[in-house]
Amino acid sequence: MKKEQQHHLKVLALWTWTWVGTMALATFGPKFIWDGQTALTSLAIFINLLNGVLMISANRKLFNFYDELERKIHLESLALTLGLTVVVGLSYSLLDQTNLISFDAEIGVLVLFVGVTERITFFINRKRYL
Amino acid sequence: MKNKVRELRKLKGLTQEQLAEVIGVSRQTINAIEKEKFDPSLPTAFKMAQLFDRSIEEFFLFESHE
Repeated sequence: MKKEQQHHLKVLALWTWTWVGTMALATFGPKFIWDGQTALTSLAIFINLLNGVLMISANRKLFNFYDELERKIHLESLALTLGLTVVVGLSYSLLDQTNLISFDAEIGVLVLFVGVTERITFFINRKRYL
Repeated sequence: MKNKVRELRKLKGLTQEQLAEVIGVSRQTINAIEKEKFDPSLPTAFKMAQLFDRSIEEFFLFESHE
């Protein structure tokens, strides 16, 4: 069971890194590689989207290999992350709309927040149960 | 929920790792159940009951808060 779980973890890592790679390509490619050609930009975005779907599918497969406690730990941290992201994200957006911050509210900041929050809540939960 | 999993596991001469393998969960899950930090699902409780040859009520002690 553990070996299969490790295999699914490796597959997820592979899809995650390729997703990051295709994201970088779709972001910087139009400016630095193909000089803004719309067809190539569309293709890069499509490939990135497809890669993202495969990454989610790999994550789901890995999740199905978790046992009940691991699932509980992950689900609780994901629920907390989702709630915090909605609340913090909307407040962040309001700060931008009301010009209380001098810069634009970037989605990247929120993605970073999701990642950091998920890791923190995961480790807190893990410590609670293990 | 209070339980006697550790006691019954030792009575069977099993390590946490071995019990986890038989039940199909991780060793950490068995540890969390024994420390009463986590209540297992019904299928896991039934698998334990079969292995220990006891009814679930004999080793999981439900305490009503009413």
